[in-house]
Amino acid sequence: MNTPLSWIKDYVPGLSCTAQEYSDRMTLTGTKVEGYKKLDKNLEKLVVGEVLSVEKHPDADKLVVCQVNVGTETVQIVTGAPNIPVGSKGQYVPVVLDGGKVAGGHDGGPLPEEGVKIKAGKLRGVPSNGMMCSIEELGSDHNAYPLAPESGIYIFDEALIRELGLKPGDSAVKALGMDDVVVEYEITSNRVDCYGVIGIAREAAATFGESFRLPEVKETGNSEDINDYLKVQVEDTKLCPRYCARMVKNIRFAPSPEWMQKRLRNSGIRPINNLVDITNFVMEEYGQPMHAYDYDTIAGHEIVVKCAADGDEFETLDGQVRKLDHTMLMINDGEKAVGLAGIMGGENSKITDHVHTVVFEAANFDGVNIRLSAKKAGLRTDASSIFEKGLDPNNAEAAINRACQLVEELGCGEVVGGMIDVYPVKDEPVRVAFEPERINSLLGTDISPEEMKAIFRKLDLGFDEDTQEVVVPTFRRDLHCMADLAEEVLRFHGYDTIESTLPVGEATTGKLSYKLRIDQVARNIAEFAGFSHAMTYAFESPKVYDKLLIPEDSSLRKAIVIQNPLGEDFSIMRTQSLNAILTSLSLNYNRRNPDVRLYDLSNIYIPKSLPLTELPEEREQLTLGAYGEGMDFYVMKGVIEELFEHIGMQDKVHYEPSCDRPYLHPGRKADILYQGQTVGYLGEVHPEVCGNYDFKEGVRVYVAVLDMPAVIPFTGFDRHYEGIAKYPATTRDISMLVPKTVLVGQIEDLLAQRGGKILESYKLFDIYEGSQVQEGYKSVAYSLSFRAKDRTLTDEEVGAAMKKILQGLSGLGIELRS
Amino acid sequence: MNEQLAKITEEALGKISGAENLDALNEVRVEYLGKKGHITAVMKEMKNVAPEDRPAFGQMVNDARSKVEEALEAAKEALSQAAIRERLAAEVIDVTLPARKASIGHGHPCQIALDEVERIFIGMGYEVVEGPEIEWQEYNFTKLNIPEGHPARDEQDTFYITDEILLRSQTSPVQARVMEQGKLPIRMIAPGRVFRSDSIDATHSPSFNQIEGLVVDKHITMTDLKGTLDEFAKELFGPETKTRFRPHHFPFTEPSAEVDVSCFKCGGKGCRFCKGEGWIEILGCGMVHPHVLDMCGIDSREYTGFAFGVGLERIALLKYEIDDMRLLYENDQRFLNQF
Repeated sequence: MNTPLSWIKDYVPGLSCTAQEYSDRMTLTGTKVEGYKKLDKNLEKLVVGEVLSVEKHPDADKLVVCQVNVGTETVQIVTGAPNIPVGSKGQYVPVVLDGGKVAGGHDGGPLPEEGVKIKAGKLRGVPSNGMMCSIEELGSDHNAYPLAPESGIYIFDEALIRELGLKPGDSAVKALGMDDVVVEYEITSNRVDCYGVIGIAREAAATFGESFRLPEVKETGNSEDINDYLKVQVEDTKLCPRYCARMVKNIRFAPSPEWMQKRLRNSGIRPINNLVDITNFVMEEYGQPMHAYDYDTIAGHEIVVKCAADGDEFETLDGQVRKLDHTMLMINDGEKAVGLAGIMGGENSKITDHVHTVVFEAANFDGVNIRLSAKKAGLRTDASSIFEKGLDPNNAEAAINRACQLVEELGCGEVVGGMIDVYPVKDEPVRVAFEPERINSLLGTDISPEEMKAIFRKLDLGFDEDTQEVVVPTFRRDLHCMADLAEEVLRFHGYDTIESTLPVGEATTGKLSYKLRIDQVARNIAEFAGFSHAMTYAFESPKVYDKLLIPEDSSLRKAIVIQNPLGEDFSIMRTQSLNAILTSLSLNYNRRNPDVRLYDLSNIYIPKSLPLTELPEEREQLTLGAYGEGMDFYVMKGVIEELFEHIGMQDKVHYEPSCDRPYLHPGRKADILYQGQTVGYLGEVHPEVCGNYDFKEGVRVYVAVLDMPAVIPFTGFDRHYEGIAKYPATTRDISMLVPKTVLVGQIEDLLAQRGGKILESYKLFDIYEGSQVQEGYKSVAYSLSFRAKDRTLTDEEVGAAMKKILQGLSGLGIELRS
Repeated sequence: MNEQLAKITEEALGKISGAENLDALNEVRVEYLGKKGHITAVMKEMKNVAPEDRPAFGQMVNDARSKVEEALEAAKEALSQAAIRERLAAEVIDVTLPARKASIGHGHPCQIALDEVERIFIGMGYEVVEGPEIEWQEYNFTKLNIPEGHPARDEQDTFYITDEILLRSQTSPVQARVMEQGKLPIRMIAPGRVFRSDSIDATHSPSFNQIEGLVVDKHITMTDLKGTLDEFAKELFGPETKTRFRPHHFPFTEPSAEVDVSCFKCGGKGCRFCKGEGWIEILGCGMVHPHVLDMCGIDSREYTGFAFGVGLERIALLKYEIDDMRLLYENDQRFLNQF
């Protein structure tokens, strides 16, 4: 919300402080100031000038030479503006004198921080002492000053000259209403009262300890009775707790006076005419949206407030046709809908230049209903965004009477006597028990009850001495309980004045959850292995399944869909973690970063059923991805095994190459099995998938994924020392001729099985396929180490174990090489 | 005899000091102390000495022997030291040649910041817990005092899956989940991912991380909240850091506050970094709303609590002076290498 400080001062006349001080203190009492703008920034030596004569420039067709009375003297100014023609005179214009400053250039581009200095000089040989200004040069625009020409010098209009009694030499800044500061507030949704200038002014008064005065609203209206003109019937009083209507006859359109235009303009609202300006002014002042209908278009001179029927359509005054349903509250006349309640009026009843009689509406609507209706209609207006916060019904009457008073004051028409007020259940003040000890014990303070009561008084909260209750006026819709009062007390006692203490009481243990401890080790190992931590999005495009070659019928495609995504690219919750890491790798690759290793530790989302009827499984995945030097399948495998070792998984890890992983190279992939259970997979990314992620042909990309919920049951931080071997080991090397179809893993399983307790370890030291090896075979060599804890092994013992192993090997079709 | 021995000894000592290497030194040893050595030869004269003079004679020869042995030892030591020095001198390397690093990977700035925050709060007795990212609207809103139709439901631009299930727009639902378990007192922080439908730009992301904090116990006060967050800010941004509490509104806390820290670049004088304000907003907090406590089955007349929520990305951007939030999710190795 943007409000000129001058407007606040209308209600807090004692307020005198700098804009900075104002901003700081308001912020500290809870009316957060986002910033402020001095409208006269960089406007220096700017006066009203009267053009006395305009002559042709001797050497330039597009320039003219003007004599301008600037009060103290007459100066010569050369200009190229199109709206100061040769021979004209008498115009009042803003003039910046020699050595002064303006805010910007005549083209209305971004304003330079230091403004633009104006110096006397010569234009095509003719001296020019100063400059006549366009509205853009003064830092504003045509929208805020509708009378300003589209291009050319700003010329003060007759009415304004009369109203302000302008004469040459007066301050042009003041004449333009730029002697003001616009303050931008962030109003929190609980403070609907502060959506009006009055509410903010009340806070300002309390903050600075100044007195606050509401605008005086006099009784208005002629001797007629509105009830003779109009009937109002509210069918749904829950959705419309109050409906106030007043009427104005004999509308006389005119521009509103400068004081009102200035208020509106400096609030960022374009002045239009007296009638429109009055409703906008009251909306700003009271925070109560109003609407005006053309009385002559209201059939039966009757207003009925009721919900639409399903399937109804309605053309709002922006010319759009809106679809309605039975939950949407409408303003109707005797025959048809004329307004979408609280959101926008209808095309059929809108005010035109020919309007003769106007019906003012100031109503109160159910905030939730307005919010939902605005959503359904796809039409969130200034009015609806205020109504949806839930307004004070008692404010409606004050606002409509203020509007009528302004109508009379501005001579905008003749107010008809009386008001129609449908208000079956009056909104009464809330009463909250005053419990100063509880307030102090919540705050940790020792504030006296008297100080608390003084704060309540400043805020116009009532106090019932008999019942010791705070009586909350209806404009404060946010105060319901002790904690609410505590905040009011603290706001004005000062958030910054209270002590800093630390909680006392029963001690608690600070710790990470078990899962987070495992996560920590996983991150450490990944980083030790050279992988950097990547963070990726949880949502992605459904197109990723095609990129990853995942078949149409795969369960991975059963993803949770976001109803209102940012776009297709962010529309499903990921069911696999590969896309994210491949996307990040691809970005690195295409930025020519060599040798990249990344890991990601975050969730995938597996629905139990679709559409969701319960929360899905969130499964954390450790995803490693890499390309470049020093990386291959076995390096990846090593990282996985290092990790397992460090999280207490000491058993042998198994790898199953015949797994269904269409995104991986068919000959270079494996599921990772621990104690017979699949806990993840690894492999080289399928070249076609690499292509889909914009890797050049031939680039090998490796990934490994661990499904952490599957891993965690096998983990532990218990460790047991098993002693260091005291007796010597006996080693035996075997060199084998192995059929190509036999995997090394099979040999190792056999070694482990047949070697018995005394087989301490085995190590592959050579593997070779090629010309020296028989077709269909590979050469594999292992070094076996035998050892007992309690004795030196004899040759016989080792020999027996070797025999068993060799027998087993021959069962796999393996021959020993000599 | 005496003079002869003195002469031999002197001769030996002279040869020792003249020996240029260990071999030469060994030759001297053999020449004087060996089986046929000069000093050994003198000792053999013992049999020609009168029995009463024999002890004195023996003593004299042994002294000479010791003297030579000591000199030999000392010379040997000196020579081997010299040999080592010579070898080492020959092994000089250029220490300015490039290092061979283990190429350890780098942490993500958000994770590093989170680790910091966790360290601080674990030290103060907080447990780190997690909650679901896909959440019931009831936990994300209703139980946090944001009933159906409350404007705050729109303010947070929530992503919905169904009418009842959504992507959590804040970590605050973890508060409700922990309080519902009914184990008191509570001191916890809950870091995690949250989602809001903001388009991606330099300061917005549809997915980011928050850290929720919650303390519930008897006699918890607003001053405790202030003291805790003061401590936190000092630990995170340095001991000179000051905090500023400003009134604010959150539906699930009352009183509520936003907290600024004094700009750690300029110390509060105002600079480009803090946009001239001297203060940087870092978090929202407040006393747990009594209604929220009651809804979670905790008697609000007996227990009070405070809660706070910190944006992790905001902390990381500030702390590490990262000027564009998009960098955090691109995972460019050159970016990550700087952490």
